[in-house]
Amino acid sequence: MPILLLMIVNVLSFSHKSKLHNILFGFGLLTALAQIALVLWPNKNFWQLTANYQFNVIKFNLAADNLTLVMLLAIGLVGLIALIVARGLINDVDQEYNFTNLWFIALTGMNGLVLATDIFSLYVFIEITAVASFILIALTKERDALEGAFKYVIFSSFATVLMLAAIALLVFFAGDTSFAAIANAIKANPGNSLILMGLILYLLSVFIKSGLIPFHGWLPDAYSAAPAITSIFIAGIVTKVVGIYPLIRFVQLTGTLADPLRNILLLVGGTSIVIAALSALGQTNFKRLLAYSSISQMGYIVLGLAAGSALGLAGAILHIFNHAVFKSLLFINAAAVEKQTGTLDIDKMGGLAEKMPYTGATSAIASLSTAGIPPLSGFWSKLLIIIALWNAQLYFYATVAVLASLLTLGYMLTLQRKVFFGQLENAFYETKEAGWQLVLPSLLLAGIILGLGLGFPWLINTWLIPIGKIL
Amino acid sequence: MRLGNLEIEIIIALFLVLTALWTVMARSLLRAAIGLALTSAMLTVMMYKLNAPLAAVFELSVCSGLISVIFITTISLTQPLTWAEIYEHERERLSRFRPLPFIILLLGLFFWLVKVDLALPTVVAEKVTDVRVVLWSLRQLDLVGQIICLLAGAFGVTILFKAWRGK
Repeated sequence: MPILLLMIVNVLSFSHKSKLHNILFGFGLLTALAQIALVLWPNKNFWQLTANYQFNVIKFNLAADNLTLVMLLAIGLVGLIALIVARGLINDVDQEYNFTNLWFIALTGMNGLVLATDIFSLYVFIEITAVASFILIALTKERDALEGAFKYVIFSSFATVLMLAAIALLVFFAGDTSFAAIANAIKANPGNSLILMGLILYLLSVFIKSGLIPFHGWLPDAYSAAPAITSIFIAGIVTKVVGIYPLIRFVQLTGTLADPLRNILLLVGGTSIVIAALSALGQTNFKRLLAYSSISQMGYIVLGLAAGSALGLAGAILHIFNHAVFKSLLFINAAAVEKQTGTLDIDKMGGLAEKMPYTGATSAIASLSTAGIPPLSGFWSKLLIIIALWNAQLYFYATVAVLASLLTLGYMLTLQRKVFFGQLENAFYETKEAGWQLVLPSLLLAGIILGLGLGFPWLINTWLIPIGKIL
Repeated sequence: MRLGNLEIEIIIALFLVLTALWTVMARSLLRAAIGLALTSAMLTVMMYKLNAPLAAVFELSVCSGLISVIFITTISLTQPLTWAEIYEHERERLSRFRPLPFIILLLGLFFWLVKVDLALPTVVAEKVTDVRVVLWSLRQLDLVGQIICLLAGAFGVTILFKAWRGK
């Protein structure tokens, strides 16, 4: 439906763009709100439409398990926030109209991806999201943005080739593209080198899409060169849905991880955490620092998956949601600072919390949550991951995860001190808080970080452990 | 001498690799587009030989559409190079492919030395299903996905290239 409406609006837009962009924006808000409501107050009749014919024409084989619902919630939430923030950040009607259109396409791609029950459909929806993301990064057509988009296109194309090869190899044994058939084929052929090769190719593909080290060449450039609103949307949710979600389905498909696969996950996860955290320490560009921080946090998610237990999976999924929330918030903070000061160089900033109190306070909450400080939500997800690693007797990686938290705290506190604390720079005496379109979403996200942290004892038994049991 | 099926397939595979190489090593975008058309034709023949006539037809039709788009985009977006640019480009063009023979040699050595037991499954005979059923019933979601992907692509071309042409 949204896509059909999008087509109609686009055809009409040649003559009425200024009026239609408001309608499109309103429709986007409604879509995102409906998505959030359908997840928070799930209606069985709606989510079990899977085998039915809809309108007697369309027959889709989609399905929603608990993991899908969490992903849909994260997509709806970050999508809603991005749409509101876009109003405050984009001044040009044409640009805002283009952003909303691409937002719809990306949202459709991501929703389809998490609802797919078939590896080929998963691939098709990854591509839809990727195409929308390329254009979103290049939206301003500035040289850096185009370069970032180009790098993403090249890396992403390579990942696509690997994924297609992996699908071909797996389908060769399964005879069908559904997740269930592939899972059966993997179980029926233990130790088969061609299946192992297919799984490794699939892993490499999602590592590139997630931007994990050493496949991260595109990510810092794409995040930092993209327009502010695109950074929020892509860093907040797109990379997780396109890269990490297929990785979770992979772990689910393979059941108990074979040793070579588990070792690959541990190595890539551990390396990403440490190297990206060390790289973040040396950054002076606000968004580039956040980009490296993203890679490091995604390393934690991969380690949680590698633990191979319900607890590890629950921790990884909670960390995906947490990361979507606090990284979106930090990128909104970066956008607010850039909008009000005209720079992203943290060495040129200082004392901004005095002039931008809401941005300063929410950024402190997001930074502490990233570093895993209790009782914020980031603490609980990291704790679950570390306990899962310890229980799986992966003591070395559990220690790496704990020590890397100190590095995270180091670069996040450096960021806070340089940007928001210390003496106010002369150039920023006239600086004011950014508009409500940026402040309100920041407060909402900060509230979620606090709420999830304080409500964790309730959350773990009602939501998280049931999700972890999909293994 | 009468060639066997395997020999013909090896020759087609060789041509496929050569045309693909020509595509990525070509001097101009237009030549690369022609190379892509040839590669696609080789792939079509190969698919036909491997008993996949439907895939062959799709490859040919999709790729011919794709190549037309690339031709139009290339012609409308590029300007002829100056002589100095041509000289500079020619000098550097082939240098980036120097490691290629070594990579091929290394891969060949790897597969020769490491005797991987591929344990291929017995290929189950493909169920002959009507193409209409495959497209409109079995893979309907993917078809909708392809349409959205096309929409995204068209949108991208409109947003990114329209203003450039104006300039």
